[in-house]
Amino acid sequence: MSVIAAPVPSSILDQDWRKVLRWGLICGGALIAMCLVGMPVEMDRRAIIERYLSLGYLTVLFIPVLVGWVASTQVVLEGVEARKQGPFDLVTGFVVGAIGGGFLALLMVALDSWNLRDPLVNWSPKLFRFLTYENGMGFGAVAWIVTGAVLGLVGASFHIVPRTVRRVTSFVVFGLISLSILESLIDDLSEGFRLEWLDEFMFAKKGGLTVTSTIVIGAAIGVLSLVTDGRMKAATERYRNMEGVERQKTSIVLFVVIAVLCGVLPMFLGKIMNELLANVGLFLLLALGLNIVVGLAGLLDLGYVAFFAVGGYTTAVLTSPNSPWFAPELHFGIALIFVVIFATITGLVIGAPVIRMRGDYLAIVTLGFGEIIRLLFMSDWLGPYFGGAQGVTNIPGVDLGFATVKGTDPRSVFYLVLFFCAIAIYVSWRLQASRLGRAWMAIREDEQVAEAMGINTVSAKLMAFVVGAVLASFSGAVLAAKVGSVFPTSFMILVSIIILVVVIVGGMGNIAGVMVGSFVLIGVLGGPKQPGLLQEFQNFKLLIYGLLLVFMMLKRPEGLVPSARRSRELHQEEFLQDAWLQDDKLDSDDEVSVGDGGAEEQ
Amino acid sequence: MSAHAVSTKSARGLVAVDRFLTFIRVFLVTMIVVGILAFIWQQIDADNVFARWRNPNARGLTGDQFKGLLISGLSQGSMYGLIALGYSMVYGVLGFINFAHGEVFMVGAMTGFIASDKFQANGMWEQNFLLCLVLIVLMAIFFSTFTAVVMERVAYRPLRNSPRLIPLITSIGVSFFIQNLVLGLFGPASKSYPRLPEWLAKQRSILTFEIAGTRLMVLVVAAVSMAILWYVVERTKTGRAMRAVAEDKEIASLMGIDVNRTIVTTFAIGGAMAGVGGILWGLMFRSVTHMTGFLPGVKAFTSAVVGGIGNMGGAMAGGISLGSAESIAPMLILEPLGVPGVSQLKDAVAFTVLVLVLLFKPSGLFGERLSSEDRA
Repeated sequence: MSVIAAPVPSSILDQDWRKVLRWGLICGGALIAMCLVGMPVEMDRRAIIERYLSLGYLTVLFIPVLVGWVASTQVVLEGVEARKQGPFDLVTGFVVGAIGGGFLALLMVALDSWNLRDPLVNWSPKLFRFLTYENGMGFGAVAWIVTGAVLGLVGASFHIVPRTVRRVTSFVVFGLISLSILESLIDDLSEGFRLEWLDEFMFAKKGGLTVTSTIVIGAAIGVLSLVTDGRMKAATERYRNMEGVERQKTSIVLFVVIAVLCGVLPMFLGKIMNELLANVGLFLLLALGLNIVVGLAGLLDLGYVAFFAVGGYTTAVLTSPNSPWFAPELHFGIALIFVVIFATITGLVIGAPVIRMRGDYLAIVTLGFGEIIRLLFMSDWLGPYFGGAQGVTNIPGVDLGFATVKGTDPRSVFYLVLFFCAIAIYVSWRLQASRLGRAWMAIREDEQVAEAMGINTVSAKLMAFVVGAVLASFSGAVLAAKVGSVFPTSFMILVSIIILVVVIVGGMGNIAGVMVGSFVLIGVLGGPKQPGLLQEFQNFKLLIYGLLLVFMMLKRPEGLVPSARRSRELHQEEFLQDAWLQDDKLDSDDEVSVGDGGAEEQ
Repeated sequence: MSAHAVSTKSARGLVAVDRFLTFIRVFLVTMIVVGILAFIWQQIDADNVFARWRNPNARGLTGDQFKGLLISGLSQGSMYGLIALGYSMVYGVLGFINFAHGEVFMVGAMTGFIASDKFQANGMWEQNFLLCLVLIVLMAIFFSTFTAVVMERVAYRPLRNSPRLIPLITSIGVSFFIQNLVLGLFGPASKSYPRLPEWLAKQRSILTFEIAGTRLMVLVVAAVSMAILWYVVERTKTGRAMRAVAEDKEIASLMGIDVNRTIVTTFAIGGAMAGVGGILWGLMFRSVTHMTGFLPGVKAFTSAVVGGIGNMGGAMAGGISLGSAESIAPMLILEPLGVPGVSQLKDAVAFTVLVLVLLFKPSGLFGERLSSEDRA
């Protein structure tokens, strides 16, 4: 195949200025939006490196780097040889960053001259002080333009510097930031392991890494990244290529390590961290259930929270002495049997009417069902049975004989959640490759073909609803026992959507992906009401969830940890195209047939 | 042998589901009929046994109350209709539910609030209300259209040929993002529109209907916008291009229509209608928050489905029927059945209407208009 060389710009100033200007505007817009949403000021309190860098400044500073990097990325078409990147691209990044900084300077002038506090709540002197670094406007304006330009340059230079440098810097930067973010976890762990000196060395009193520890740890991460360069990839590659018994053995070892870690770690953690882990577990359980419905069977259920509510309310009514209408005060274990029964019934009742609908109608109708269930629990009509807006309170913990699991002891809650998660993971894992699991995937890929192949699509879809419902209801039951009360407001549509984001960001249809998703999102950002590691993000996490959802759908619909089959499905066209490009030695008949196949699949 | 076993088993599964669905249909219809009968009995004779069977305290409605409910249903429904047009047109052209359209509506309402608040602060609102109204409507149209167009460009255009659910999920993300961006920019407090001037807001009596001036204005503005839209879609070249693209994108582009541009126009027109709806919402309910768009959005989608998706007259009619059903059904059906606190169940009624329509007539009351590829 002939390869055309990309046009080489005659000089570094021979830029595509319209493109540069567009990216500059995007950069400036993002910066101004970030400032006016209030993220930087709010997060200025959280230090990353004591006194020198706060999370607030980080939220502003990363934008020019990112935009500079994206703006100077070379679009290489198929069959065109890439141009060698050099000073030309640095100029692009530089100008883009400078325009962004310029917008911030303009914002500063505007902040100084008008008061728009009335509609814009974050239009405050605080923001002005933040932007000027309390050094007056002239300094601030120049500083931001220069900083923006330099950061844009840094972003662009990522295309140019050797791979090793790129790798080491990104490792060091991300390592330091994540260490700083994990501060409370490390605090807690070092207390548990009697390693207070480590904590004292690493973190300043007011939070954030100390300067010395930044340098030391940064150097350590850098060395580590150099040493491990290429080895991680080789290790995973080796694991992937293992066959039969050997792979099974490695898997078992890995599994045991993770299980022991999950079992032992909570012993060394304090209350807050255990609470966090318990929340992550609750959402993991929900996400595993939704993964079956959305990820495997491809049914976009937006009212998934209904099942969560059914689990919670069933447990509440059956175990609490305060239940307004019927209070048998059963033991949690016996109540669980009824939870399963009611969840199954709800799954069938909600599933049956929607099963023949188009995928998108199904989404909206399930959303409607989710709302209806919440409205019913809240209404005066069912109020006498479920307590209306007051909910059901005083739910006892889980009495295990030797211990009681309740919210005041988050560690026990975590173990209980872990138990249910283990069941859920086992069930999803066994179902995935089973006859039913394969039926689900076939339905997801093409319902009509699946039906033609003899799959009973109706019962397979209903099964997906039921399995998902039961897993979600377990989560609801544990939530009820953990919090000690259930209210209709705990079961907003928001919960469904957050779980959807977790499943999609992690990787639809992949258990490991869902686990990663819930740890990263719920653990770091937090659930709808539960705080995560970054409590400063409390007010902004929904914004970030929305952004993440859009970003993932546009750039990586298969998720962080993709399921192999799912990503093949999503990138089918590209696969076919690659196959076509590689097969140019084949005779023309084959080419045509491959091309036709691609066109028909759309 | 085995094939035979499979087919009978699957047939049995189908039959069970169908029986269940038939049961649901019969149950819901029975409920509605019983409720309405009990209501009629109440109207005739309040002490009748059947009327008192489920709800001894029900007294029925007076004629004026009924008319009041009808008017409020109509005015609310016309707003649903205005929003529903956006859902319907986008579904007709691109074949996916733009979940974030409710947010476009919210942006319109928010813009209207900010502008009218400023107008009131310098006294223009009282002095020259009509000018203010025109100005805030134009501003709301501008910002809503802008939001809708940017949304299309950034989030939906790259996904034009991906599987159907992908743009839907993206639009959920967009909706979440816009909601929380507005929350971050303008704060969580509920914002209240300034009062309408007295000469407009006072009660009027038209054809024995007692109608508040605000509602009358809502009905008039909605009717005017609908007429303009009808003219644009049915009588202009742009409208013809839109209908052609909805029918078949490929053929339309072969006929020399710029498909991308037409799709942007579709989003823009839908956004403009939502902007007008937002202003009307704000003037009528006088309170806007960042969550204002969610429920009206879902209900407007319901209206679009009720009227038949892709069908514009249908969307308006669907909106009006849904609005009336939502305001009348609780009193007409639920109250005689002895359900307490019926006004809380307004939203539940709207969702039930959606389920009912999809169970009985999935193509909507007035028939859907979709291109052959979307008619799955």
